[in-house]
Amino acid sequence: MIKDDRKYSKTHEWAMRSGDSAVVGISDHAQDALGDITFVELPKVGATLKQGKECGVIESVKAASDLYSPVSGKVTEINGSLETAPEAINSDPYGSGWLFKITSLDDAEFAALMDAAAYGTFMESEA
Amino acid sequence: MKKTPLYEKHLALGAKMAPFGGYEMPIQYKSIIFEHNATRQAASIFDTCHMGEFSFRGPGALGDLERIVSCTVASIKVGQCRYGFICNEAGGVIDDQILYRTGEEEFYMVVNASTEANDFQWITSHLSSNTIAENLSAKIAKIDLQGLSSPKICAKLMEEPIRGLKYYHFMHNRYRGEKVLLSRTGYTGEIGFEFYSTPELALRLWDDCLAAGAVPAGLGARDTLRLEMGYPLYGHELDEATNAAWSGFSRALGDKQFIGSGAIRTATGTPYHLSGLLIEGRRTAHTGNRITDAAGEVIGRVTSGSFSPSLGRAVALGYLRDGNQQSGGSVSITTDRGALQATVSETPLYRKASGRANLDDFLNENQAISSLPQGASHDKGRS
Repeated sequence: MIKDDRKYSKTHEWAMRSGDSAVVGISDHAQDALGDITFVELPKVGATLKQGKECGVIESVKAASDLYSPVSGKVTEINGSLETAPEAINSDPYGSGWLFKITSLDDAEFAALMDAAAYGTFMESEA
Repeated sequence: MKKTPLYEKHLALGAKMAPFGGYEMPIQYKSIIFEHNATRQAASIFDTCHMGEFSFRGPGALGDLERIVSCTVASIKVGQCRYGFICNEAGGVIDDQILYRTGEEEFYMVVNASTEANDFQWITSHLSSNTIAENLSAKIAKIDLQGLSSPKICAKLMEEPIRGLKYYHFMHNRYRGEKVLLSRTGYTGEIGFEFYSTPELALRLWDDCLAAGAVPAGLGARDTLRLEMGYPLYGHELDEATNAAWSGFSRALGDKQFIGSGAIRTATGTPYHLSGLLIEGRRTAHTGNRITDAAGEVIGRVTSGSFSPSLGRAVALGYLRDGNQQSGGSVSITTDRGALQATVSETPLYRKASGRANLDDFLNENQAISSLPQGASHDKGRS
């Protein structure tokens, strides 16, 4: 499932913008590929992230994957409930499984992310 | 890549498939954790057709097998099976196996998929002319039914009673009018059965188990379940270069002469001990990670690691240098992403498994699952 209210990176993170900040998570396709998620390491609040750079780790029963920030900016909040219940990323990747909030966005960067249709085409080309 | 007789069933169930032991095998259907919990709490079925089966018969069979496998063979009763190793001359492990005594001079052996061809060649090169060996692997299908409700499912499907069947014992039964061999064995720690039949019969048994409520489970759950029990996986805990005695499965090593026994008993140098590791937190250790003591000295290596669904934390198995294997000891594991703290623990790491419980207690109507014997499966090794 791909939601059309947000944008996507080639590394399967999503960013949903609201004013000057955005919420970040991973796509349904990404959580499905990882399988049962058992551990998440998120960036620290206050950290400055660069688009496309490693900013955390997601582990599942069978795999470990680096997390890349879909946009540059400063982390304002992280989803602390994932520390003990990371399975929310599997059950609700676009809702309660969000990862962190980021602010001071770059308009051009955000515009360059894929919309839902482009992400769908991108996934087909990867398959 | 080979396919098991159940391959099309897995695709129809939406399984994620991957190569294992030369076969295209289901890793998971719905989710590894779901399948893991279903096995501990209800019942699951595993396609284990990839595994190898050999038969041995004749007046030389007992004596030959006594030399070839590490466990004592003479004391296995007809109807009983026993876990043991096939060792090389240096005392390393060529494979681990379960030996079924089907008659006074007849035996049945189950081995791993990836090692099957090599095992058969090794074994037959060490047989006397009085033993007839046959590799049945292509003709025999195997399904594992495991979990607290597996006895009721099994009893419902089999035509003859299964009451009284003990842990690590087997029986011949009939299913849909045809012969099937079933044993009180498995790789999950829970009470359950392994069924050996023709491929045609296995297809029907698979569907009947699903219809009776068993959940299909893949190799992902099989691995987390066995890891919680401290059971070895060939290629991880056991290999040709590691002394069989270091595994700690003392019951698998008979008090007798067998190929490799001399080397195992006279090994020089510091021994290592296969140990359980309870990791602080959820982050996973991986095969090959170094284990260090408080002073930072390397004292061992991880052989298997995973998140443990039953314990809600990461766990691992690893070899620790002699002197470091005491339960409760604190160690550190170096992973690619930083250090993990862990406590040395006896196996099984999960202590509530039902594998050795009395089968009949699970066959009564209204039976209380809560009457499981606590710690009934504590002793190391699979009998």
